[in-house]
Amino acid sequence: MTAPEQLRAYLAEQENKSLLRFLTCGSVDDGKSTLIGRLLYDSKLLFEDHLAALEKDSKKHGTTGGDIDFALLVDGLEAEREQGITIDVAYRFFATDKRKFIVADTPGHEQYTRNMATGASNSDLAIVLIDARKGVLTQTRRHSYIASLLGIRHVVLAVNKIDLVDFSETVFNDIVAEYREFAAPLGFTTLTPIPISARFGDNVIAPSASTPWYKGPALLTHLETVDVDTARAHKPFRMPVQWVNRPNLDFRGFAGTIVGGRVRAGDPIVVAKSGRTSTVKRIVTFDGDLQEASAGDAVTITLADEVDISRGDLLAHTAERPEVTDQFTAHLLWMAEEEMLPGRQYLLKVGTATVPATVSTLKHRVDVNTLDHLAAKTLHLNEVGYANISSSQPIAFDPYAENRETGGFILIDRFTNATVAAGMIDFGLRRATNVHWQALDVNKQVRAEAKGQKAAVLWFTGLSGSGKSTVANLVEQRLFAMGRHTYLLDGDNVRHGLNRDLGFTDADRVENIRRVGEASKLFVDAGLIVLVSFISPFRSERRMARELLEPGEFLEVFVDTPIEECMARDPKGLYIKAKAGQIKNFTGIDSPYEPPEAAEITLKTVGTKPEDLADQIVETLKARGIIP
Amino acid sequence: MTLSATSHLRRLEAESIHIMREVAAEFRNPVMLYSIGKDSSVMLHLAMKAFYPSLPPFPLLHVDTTWKFREMIRFRDETVKKLGLNLLVHINEDGVRRGINPFDSGSSLHTQVMKTESLKQALDKYGFDAAFGGARRDEEKSRAKERIFSFRNASHAWDPKNQRPELWNLYNTRIAKGESIRVFPLSNWTELDIWQYIMAEDIPIVPLYYAKERPVVERDGTLIMVDDERMKLRDGEEAQMRLVRFRTLGCYPLTGAIDSGADTLEAIVSEMLTARTSERQGRLIDSDEKASMEKKKKEGYF
Repeated sequence: MTAPEQLRAYLAEQENKSLLRFLTCGSVDDGKSTLIGRLLYDSKLLFEDHLAALEKDSKKHGTTGGDIDFALLVDGLEAEREQGITIDVAYRFFATDKRKFIVADTPGHEQYTRNMATGASNSDLAIVLIDARKGVLTQTRRHSYIASLLGIRHVVLAVNKIDLVDFSETVFNDIVAEYREFAAPLGFTTLTPIPISARFGDNVIAPSASTPWYKGPALLTHLETVDVDTARAHKPFRMPVQWVNRPNLDFRGFAGTIVGGRVRAGDPIVVAKSGRTSTVKRIVTFDGDLQEASAGDAVTITLADEVDISRGDLLAHTAERPEVTDQFTAHLLWMAEEEMLPGRQYLLKVGTATVPATVSTLKHRVDVNTLDHLAAKTLHLNEVGYANISSSQPIAFDPYAENRETGGFILIDRFTNATVAAGMIDFGLRRATNVHWQALDVNKQVRAEAKGQKAAVLWFTGLSGSGKSTVANLVEQRLFAMGRHTYLLDGDNVRHGLNRDLGFTDADRVENIRRVGEASKLFVDAGLIVLVSFISPFRSERRMARELLEPGEFLEVFVDTPIEECMARDPKGLYIKAKAGQIKNFTGIDSPYEPPEAAEITLKTVGTKPEDLADQIVETLKARGIIP
Repeated sequence: MTLSATSHLRRLEAESIHIMREVAAEFRNPVMLYSIGKDSSVMLHLAMKAFYPSLPPFPLLHVDTTWKFREMIRFRDETVKKLGLNLLVHINEDGVRRGINPFDSGSSLHTQVMKTESLKQALDKYGFDAAFGGARRDEEKSRAKERIFSFRNASHAWDPKNQRPELWNLYNTRIAKGESIRVFPLSNWTELDIWQYIMAEDIPIVPLYYAKERPVVERDGTLIMVDDERMKLRDGEEAQMRLVRFRTLGCYPLTGAIDSGADTLEAIVSEMLTARTSERQGRLIDSDEKASMEKKKKEGYF
């Protein structure tokens, strides 16, 4: 062969190499950057000027006592080299005879977890580093969990600094056993433990003589041969429309990157959200029309019919359609300093669509150490949770487990424009039933506004005979006269219907209040002002009722009448019976009453007319903006 | 050489096209920085592909320091004419009036005024909210850290410690008024990828990349080409004809040539494969001071 022929043969070989994208992760100081530097150095991929600069930098910033500090190769930011830490993900490129590699070196500090997630989102394999002296740490677990959440199925457990534990097989085996136990639920397809020394190169490029007990491959050998085929071409056809190409009146093409499956001219396709169908006329590229295109190709598709399609639409094969819904569950990785607020509106970007969305319910938070599900009201920086998400318009998607590109989304803060979360859709909660969606959801706020009020609960609590029902009835009459929409839940009427199966034991009293609380919540959702008149003697149950509602919606009204006065009034003759032992568990007699500690309204009934007390409550409702 | 549909370069090509289309769809007023070098040539070629059969829906912008090689300017004008594109050329006239030049002002001040300041002037003048640049992550260590969509505040500064997370191929393109985004569609390409792609796609490049007898002087260990009469020779210096070529192109007084006989693409790639120094080694501006690329980028350099 002539020299140019040899070169072309060499280049063709380069071209046909497969590409492996991987990341290095793990706790700070476990040696991630050092390992990448070592890989680049040992595969003779460093230029002389880079090496010279490295030697110079090692003397100045190095942490290896004058030896070459490989971490300085990848820690490219000044702040990183000064502090000796990795802040942001660095991408490095190298190739061996067998494969090309793009490696994301990600930071170990918890503070920079979002940068680790950035590196993981486009990787097929993770090298989880562990310092052999320290074993499995919180960050090891956190990174492993996030890697698995983001869909990484191949893990190398690199037990680093094995030289510092005298190349001990026992230390290695113990760490591997602990990690395997933790990682069992994470669903990794391959988990390959390798004892290495990034600083000295043991088992990095070639097997080390210092670990004769280790029979597995060296790290690089494993990276060159591991099969991570994600087979995107065999999935259902998906193409999010990025841009409508209209050079003239005769051409209307839909430009986008195919993110699943393949498409051929003549295929029947559907616009996921509108349900409109057509057939593929041409697959247009600069290099000529294609008969077929598959996942990863950036193409422009024209259709046989005039169909209304714009950016944000998802094209699919008619036989294999994505889900379309405005309610779904997802894992969320929170990436902002400001905590997640359920109910706040964020922008959600999935595929090429951007829609307003809220986290409607946070189901649980995940403890990264134990993978336990914990109750939580919010997510803080770097926390992972599982939530119901509600979008203001339906979106077309696939579960993340089936397609990363159509099932992954980001949340953007509407005011700071920061990317505040990464999300992985689990499944849709209900199918969108109509294709012509109403822009405005009918919700509590809208219902209440239509009635010219804010929804709220006035929760009257106090002893039997204290005057709760008398005052509550007067308040409802006044509100009704003002044209407001109300409903009164009274202990007696509810106990005759909804709660007639309940008695007066402590457990039944709790259930009684739980049901009344839930019923109030429904009426509040309907936009009503609800008046609840119940003895409700226990603080914890009143708190439970309060927490069912949003802040500001629950107003506790303590009808404060001394028990002597109640006994003197005794409108139903109950105290007499209770004292005679004919009624058990009577509040104030043989069952306690816990007065409120911080009621919104306290009414002293002794010496004040009930009408004046009712006026006092109406004034409070006005002052709080619940009624005009 | 034709590329197979599944090849590595096709994947890179598709990724770059995807990025360009996102920008065209989501920004009000994007622009493509065109620096005439080989990376710009590849970026422009990809833009022609991304929007075909339309032309790219944005203009090209060349920030002219007035010290580019004459062959670069000729190549630039021919290219935009042939492709039918809209080219904007911006020169920092204030810098010209102040007589800023790479010989007397020093490379650092020259670059600051005629490139960085000039670029910011141009972006402000036209109100561009997104600007494509041809930088690659394999070029330099601070670039290895940069996002594909790189946020800049209203004074064009980059904050490397507070970059937006960038997951999958979902790019957050939201900005407030006055802010902008620099976009790097070639982020994941390597120098070898660029040359292989140029070969495979037959992309025209400035002839300065090919070896030829050129008048050069050796100054401070670097071969500087005497491109016009503004280059004053020092005592003892004499321009001599040498067979040289350039691995990267910038301002001629700041760009070192290398001794080379590589006068075909094959020869260039062969030479590159055996090279023991990086391509930016010939760029004097990178080594001005420590972490100098990062510093320039924080100030608004590409």
